[in-house]
Amino acid sequence: MEAALISPAKATVFGIPAVIFSLIIPLVGVGIFTYIIALRLKPMVKGSPDPRLNRPADRFFKMIKYAVGQYRHPRYMDAGIIHIIIFSGFVILSLRSITLVMLGLSSGYVLPGMSGTSGQIYLVLKDFAETFVLFACLVALYRRIIVKPQRYAVPAKYGKEHTWEAVLVLLLIIGLVTCDMFFEGSQAGAEIQKGFKTKILVPMSGTWFAAHILSFLPVDTLQDLHVGAYFSHELIFFFFLCFLPLGKHFHVITSLPNVFFMKLDKGTVKPVKWGVEDEGLDELESFGVKKFEDFTWKHMLDFYSCADCGRCSDNCPAHAVGRPLSPRFISIKCRDYSFKKYPLTGMSENDRFLIGNVLEEDEIWSCTTCGACEQECPLFIEYIDKIVDLRRGLVDEGMVPQSLQKPLRAIEKRGNPYGKMEKKRADWTKDLPVDFNVKILGKKGAADTLYFVDSVTSYDDRIQEIGRAAARFLDAAGIDFGILGPAERDSGHEVKRFGEEMLFQDLRDRNTDAILNSGAKNIVTADPHTFNALKNDYKGIPPVEHISRTIIKAVTWGNIRFKPVEDPGKIYTYHDPCYLGRHNNLYDDPRNAIDAIPGIKRIEMEGHCRDRSFCCGGGGLMLFYEPIEEKRMGQVRVEMAKQAGANVMVTACPFCMLNIEDAIKTSGLEGEMEAIDLIELIERHMIID
Amino acid sequence: MEILVCIKRVPDPSENEIEVNKDGTDIERDDFVYSVNEWDNYAVEEAIQIRDKVGGSVTVVSVGDEEAEEVVRREMAMGADKGILLSDDAFEGSDGKGIAAILTAEVKKGNYDLILTGAQADDGAGQVGGMLAAMLDWPFASLVNFIEVLDDNKIKVGREIAGGNQEMYEMDLPCVLSIQTGINEPRYVSIRGIRKVASLEIPVHTAGDLGISPKSVGKAGAKTKCLDYFVPELGDGARILEGSTDEIIDELIELLRAKGGIK
Repeated sequence: MEAALISPAKATVFGIPAVIFSLIIPLVGVGIFTYIIALRLKPMVKGSPDPRLNRPADRFFKMIKYAVGQYRHPRYMDAGIIHIIIFSGFVILSLRSITLVMLGLSSGYVLPGMSGTSGQIYLVLKDFAETFVLFACLVALYRRIIVKPQRYAVPAKYGKEHTWEAVLVLLLIIGLVTCDMFFEGSQAGAEIQKGFKTKILVPMSGTWFAAHILSFLPVDTLQDLHVGAYFSHELIFFFFLCFLPLGKHFHVITSLPNVFFMKLDKGTVKPVKWGVEDEGLDELESFGVKKFEDFTWKHMLDFYSCADCGRCSDNCPAHAVGRPLSPRFISIKCRDYSFKKYPLTGMSENDRFLIGNVLEEDEIWSCTTCGACEQECPLFIEYIDKIVDLRRGLVDEGMVPQSLQKPLRAIEKRGNPYGKMEKKRADWTKDLPVDFNVKILGKKGAADTLYFVDSVTSYDDRIQEIGRAAARFLDAAGIDFGILGPAERDSGHEVKRFGEEMLFQDLRDRNTDAILNSGAKNIVTADPHTFNALKNDYKGIPPVEHISRTIIKAVTWGNIRFKPVEDPGKIYTYHDPCYLGRHNNLYDDPRNAIDAIPGIKRIEMEGHCRDRSFCCGGGGLMLFYEPIEEKRMGQVRVEMAKQAGANVMVTACPFCMLNIEDAIKTSGLEGEMEAIDLIELIERHMIID
Repeated sequence: MEILVCIKRVPDPSENEIEVNKDGTDIERDDFVYSVNEWDNYAVEEAIQIRDKVGGSVTVVSVGDEEAEEVVRREMAMGADKGILLSDDAFEGSDGKGIAAILTAEVKKGNYDLILTGAQADDGAGQVGGMLAAMLDWPFASLVNFIEVLDDNKIKVGREIAGGNQEMYEMDLPCVLSIQTGINEPRYVSIRGIRKVASLEIPVHTAGDLGISPKSVGKAGAKTKCLDYFVPELGDGARILEGSTDEIIDELIELLRAKGGIK
């Protein structure tokens, strides 16, 4: 059968057989692309080890759910849907692009398995895909140029706007799909003119429009358009391919592996160096991340993968209160630095200390490790481990803010950041009723359950009340419990997360000994930081649970009953502590515990609850740090509760209590808003027989 | 530049509860934890910064029992090149003059250009720096909060004086300076840093090594004697507020309001 138009493989351009271009363009494109990718892999090869092949089935499932399934995208509905359309389009059109490249070499080429009906179906599907992608790109352009969502803005200190990059890429995608529409449309237009049978034209699709409009043009023009559109597609495609690894669109290539290699265990912190046991740490030349190559290869892949979508910083409490930290720019700055350090041409520059050149000290200390950024990132970029690694480097260099040096030294000497005497660690129990005896486990006392109190509850005047409420609750629930007393040390949760690993290990070892010596079979704590430390940072100790779980068990088994709520007029809201919620997925136990009190009215801080909870300001050592900030995180949080219409904030963390009570006072909301710990609320309402 | 920094191991008031013992001759030291005197920490940091700028070495020295080795080691972890412990039973009970005499003997064994001491110690009387300079017959500046090395023989030194004013001096080397806190921001010493210097040898010099007559130092040589140690009686107009923190704060605000301190 005579073809309506000469295919690109058989056509000539300026008297030269076009097939030569069809060969040269892909070869050059793939060549440049391979060179850039090799360059990008260079620092990763030099980077620190990071084993990420464990639990492959789990990884594969998560990659399907989060990368292919784009599970986190609709958390931002508009951008999410646009992205899902463009992404699905990319997946469908990838086959089309390969086919097109081959069509330039051999006319009528079809991919294996695409010759029959499946090929027909695919062509229909891809026409849909192209049209949807075109539409989604136009909407995206409108958002980028006209709407300009706040989270894309680049503050002056971080450089210039990145909008051009987004717009350029959208134009490239638009170019790709319209070129194919013209390529096929010109063919179909010629076929219509000559009365040939056309391919299936999906009504209202781009190709359909093109075919019908172009069918009025002379066949010669259509022939030029056909070949012109083909080579435009070819050029855009290979330009785009090589442009990807030069900026934020690298994620098109890296996102699947980045999600596959994601951190699987939340709440944990990576070891100082993978493959080096605790005993071998003394042998290490240097600790933490000081220069770029100290990052692990996966953390470098994170930098490459950042799509600059701004969701991390949009949810970062430190960023929200004007601290000098924006997780997005940790990634962008490090990525830009690595591109500069490993340039496309010329020599790479010498090693530089990241802090002071790429990142700032205050930026690194500003993080409360709340995990909001990681919870939001559609690509599972990690921030906490990087921040901790950078802090390890700072600690190793002695670059620790003066405000943190004193509490760290006090923890070293006394086992608590306040520098209080060890022998007074159990003094909080003295204000319990005379006949209420809290056992000190070890040589003298024994019990099944160990209540791990930790420093803030042991020594802080206000928080000691939480300790006493916990003790009374455990007693009322019929749980045989005791404490470690003077043998207890700070759990070291923040010590580890502030980068003082060796001090943490000392605390952990002492506590582990004391816990094992206590003979307890299980551990309960009312402090989510302690809970996370014992659960995720310690090894070989009895199982640990947060007291919210203990409450639920006691209620379920009927060991605890409640009287009706004391103040039925009050409206309660629950503030999710970061280390209970995001880091340990405990969202429902505390809520169910509150709801177990008859007559209690509880509302949610919609949009700011559960995994989108807003950090109160941080716990442990963060209480001592003096950040540069415009206002306190706690104040923002209290405002959220007020906006939601609540007048009592229930939390389940001693540090949240300190920060929120402080924020209520500094916001001038005394009388309007109050804070209570979950265990205090429970203890106040339990019926004691 | 060869720099010697004199340091002292003291009970840190922020990590201890200070109570006078029953006899009233000393404070209860049973549950004490010790650290390097805060002012000395600034002096060592300053010495390290000077060395990093102009070269040379930093030596830290402490007079004390074998437990004082801990603070010498800590300052070596901070970055001092050498540590020396001056320890002898004969040194026990030395007053400020005795300590200065012991240090003077050590200084004379070396070849130092600059000696730094803390302006005072948490448990001291702020005497040693000045006495050491006098015994060596070297120039001395106290409460120094700025140092700039001009050349091999001269330094520029700043002192904070009353009312927050500042004065600047040019001094000949060698000299003795007592360092005020705030001159710099001392670096953090990590547990890992301490472990790294754990096996370094710290020489111990005794009275014999230093050529000091045991009678001239220690209790025997002391020209001052502690007579009494007590918490002062409450005087007129002084009051200690009691109760919970909240109650204390409320009462304090009430008092300040009543006396016109706040409106």
